[in-house]
Amino acid sequence: MNKPKEIKNAAGRWVPLLVNGRKQIPYKGVGKYIPTAQKHAPPISSCAEFPSDGDKRIPSLKEALVKAGLRDGMTISTHHHFRNGDRLANLIFDAAHELGLKDLVWFPSASFPCHEHLIPYLEDGTIHHIEGSMNGPLGKFTSEGRMKGTGILRSHGGRYQAIQDGDIHIDLAVIGAGCADAFGNANGLYGPSATGLLGFALADSQYADKVIVVTDYMVPFPCIPWQIHGNYVDYTVEIDKLGEPEKIISGTTEITKSPDRLYLAELTARFCEAAGIIKDGFSFQSGAGGTSLAVGEYFKSIMKEKGIKARFARGGSNKYLVSMLEEGLVDYIIDGQTFDLEGVRSMSQNSNHVWSSPFTSYNYHGKGNFAGMVDVVILGATEIDVNFNANVVTHSDGFLLHGIGGWQNCLFSKTVILPVPLFRDRIPVVVDQVTTLCGPGELIDVVITERGIAINPLRKDLISKVKHSGLPIVSIETLKEMAEKICGIPQKPEFDDQVVAVIKWVDGTLLDSVRKIKKP
Amino acid sequence: MKTQSVCGNFGPRIRSDCEISIRLADSGGIQIDLESKVERLHGISIRNLIHDGLNTFGIPDAQIMIRDSGALPFVISARLEAAVRLLKDDTTEFLPEMINQTGPSSSRDQFRFSRLYLPGNTPSMMLNAGIHKPNGIILDLEDSVAPQKKHEARYLVRNALRQIDFMGAERMVRINQLPDGIEDVKCIVPHFVDLILLPKCEHPEQVQIIEKELHRLSEGHTTNLPWIMPIIESALGIENAFEIARASKYIVAMAVGLEDYTADIGVQRTLSGHESHYARTRLVNACKAAGIQPIDSVFSDVSDQDGLTSSVMESKALGFEGVGCIHPRQIPVIHEAFQPSSAEIEKAQKVVYAYEKANKQGLGVVSLGTKMIDAPVVKRAQQTINLALQLQLIRSDWMDQMPNE
Repeated sequence: MNKPKEIKNAAGRWVPLLVNGRKQIPYKGVGKYIPTAQKHAPPISSCAEFPSDGDKRIPSLKEALVKAGLRDGMTISTHHHFRNGDRLANLIFDAAHELGLKDLVWFPSASFPCHEHLIPYLEDGTIHHIEGSMNGPLGKFTSEGRMKGTGILRSHGGRYQAIQDGDIHIDLAVIGAGCADAFGNANGLYGPSATGLLGFALADSQYADKVIVVTDYMVPFPCIPWQIHGNYVDYTVEIDKLGEPEKIISGTTEITKSPDRLYLAELTARFCEAAGIIKDGFSFQSGAGGTSLAVGEYFKSIMKEKGIKARFARGGSNKYLVSMLEEGLVDYIIDGQTFDLEGVRSMSQNSNHVWSSPFTSYNYHGKGNFAGMVDVVILGATEIDVNFNANVVTHSDGFLLHGIGGWQNCLFSKTVILPVPLFRDRIPVVVDQVTTLCGPGELIDVVITERGIAINPLRKDLISKVKHSGLPIVSIETLKEMAEKICGIPQKPEFDDQVVAVIKWVDGTLLDSVRKIKKP
Repeated sequence: MKTQSVCGNFGPRIRSDCEISIRLADSGGIQIDLESKVERLHGISIRNLIHDGLNTFGIPDAQIMIRDSGALPFVISARLEAAVRLLKDDTTEFLPEMINQTGPSSSRDQFRFSRLYLPGNTPSMMLNAGIHKPNGIILDLEDSVAPQKKHEARYLVRNALRQIDFMGAERMVRINQLPDGIEDVKCIVPHFVDLILLPKCEHPEQVQIIEKELHRLSEGHTTNLPWIMPIIESALGIENAFEIARASKYIVAMAVGLEDYTADIGVQRTLSGHESHYARTRLVNACKAAGIQPIDSVFSDVSDQDGLTSSVMESKALGFEGVGCIHPRQIPVIHEAFQPSSAEIEKAQKVVYAYEKANKQGLGVVSLGTKMIDAPVVKRAQQTINLALQLQLIRSDWMDQMPNE
């Protein structure tokens, strides 16, 4: 086999010119790629072709797939609001397999370990490749070079961008909704599989050739609120069970009990306080991990003590954020996904807990988006290098194990802070060079570890603000040396040339390649 | 002679540790079977370390099986040494290098508000202990280590003392009761241990036995003898408290262990602690009379932070100068309770500032207003300032803000 042609991009990474037969544009730098053309558009539909009584119900998912004209090689999109409790994607490909279809492309907004179920379909050619995240078992499968096509990883915003500029064409979108009517109006607020909101499915509903809404809680018209408009929907299907409720959403999200992570969270909050970020009218975003939740709690106590109110918080909402909203410490939650039942409850009860989508929050082809308006965002990473570049998709041993999520998009916040342990077991987190580049260092401002805080030299303002704070400020090189002193300098894992997946930047250009793991 | 041994820990919930099995052979060289989550990153270095170790012990032929969950090198070498010593009667040590530590060795009268117990055979709990800034860490070889694990824990603790930066915390080891404690001491001295805790102490003679052994072990080394902190955990110990406190000039503090004490006098330990009031006040008095620091027992309900606060406030009121802790989240509560008041800090700032100023001007005598300041006062004031800095009660540039007098 001839080695496919590759090019070195503006970040110095080698990326292929063609991926799955499609021409690619190498990464050019932050904000450098400005395409000019018309947006991609779905075919014209006419209401004359749809039942005038609005009843678009089809008895089964399989029949709906057939009616929608599913054929070999088509692209099917699904969404990750059912998280690790998702049954829908698995049911779709079970049906596709029964129909004998081949070379399908799965375009999920994210995958979870429950999708290990799909590995036989990747092996037998039902699925050609995945464009989305490749988590857990799917990541391992991909890294071992066993997927027929090349995986494409995009951020949540990048997914919207790719749909809008036609980098991906969705033949069929299947939208699982906690609650829907026969016309296809749908929301995620009610029913046994409630997930809060359906923002990740918004672009798919508007741009896919065919759209199917699947629910296990069908209500008479109208389904209010209509987070998804039935006017975009071709067919509706009622099934017994969309997901495993206990895995969809945890009844409770809990703050970490690990003293080391609590310390990291406290240090992060203290840094924000010292840097003057926590002030009246500020805004913040932090994830649902135990450490991020703890950061929120430390924010809360600082805000209470000083009488500070935030203007808005970007969700992932959870019970801790909801309590800040309901105690009046935050004016608005602008929510991208709800992480627990309290989030779902609050969204249906509080008018200042509003749902958003990757369009409003992250999309590259919007006329602006919300990401840059957030004062501070707290994110994670598997690796960060001495140039502040960060990796969220592969582990240091080269295995693809996580998706990008909204991570890349959040880097546009005014201050980006990554609280990470300096090392995990014997694996340094601060390294010479990241295994896979997901976020350019120029956008990453602060790395907080339990053994010191490194501030990006580009952020002279932050450096001077925290100078006399007593916080342990060190250089990123010092952190790297400390990690290596403790762990030893790791070997470089060996890879084959074969590119098994590519990382897209938020504008659709190729930021990096993930290569096949070399078997020892 | 045994030809097979296993040391260390491996399991689904165990991190940063490894289990090493050795089977001695007559031929075939060294065969290593490695199962490690970090094999792709550290496989070569793990194998090299095993070869180095076996070479040091003069073992040319053996089958080694390692199951590793990301153990640091000093943990691997401790597990290897422990396993080898079960097979060979050999005093060869396989020592990791001694890293440069943060902070000086401990001094007699430094603060000992908090001392964090760390189970002596659990590496994952040791690695980051320093970040929580306890005044002292205790690598515990006694109650937190199962009897069948005592052997391997010694090498782990010794290597931890050489390799882990505890970030300025005083480095303490709680040894086992005598006579096993002597074996512990032999293994860990002289490897940069600041203080030895001697549990269940009842007679001054027990302290003297340890002191004698410490002297013997320190011969030919330049390091200071470690301090000694006896722990009194019985009615008899309490009766002999003053004699014990005076038993060695290396005793800097004495602690009371209330779980065992209450068991010894046949009562339940309660939250209010009235059943141990006599023991505690007697211990405080003995310590003060002997010029050492009295240290209170641990508060064992980790989730009850309010209970901890009132318990520490009571300890402080009784005259105790520190308490033990079993979880890092107890440390800030303890420090806050024992931390110097703003009046104390202000006074210390004046003393240190005057001292620095006098130093700069080359004056031998430090005075504040019309009063001369003695060296111990300066020292104590510096400690107060250091603590205030550590607790972030004052800024690192506080001296720039001092009024010129």
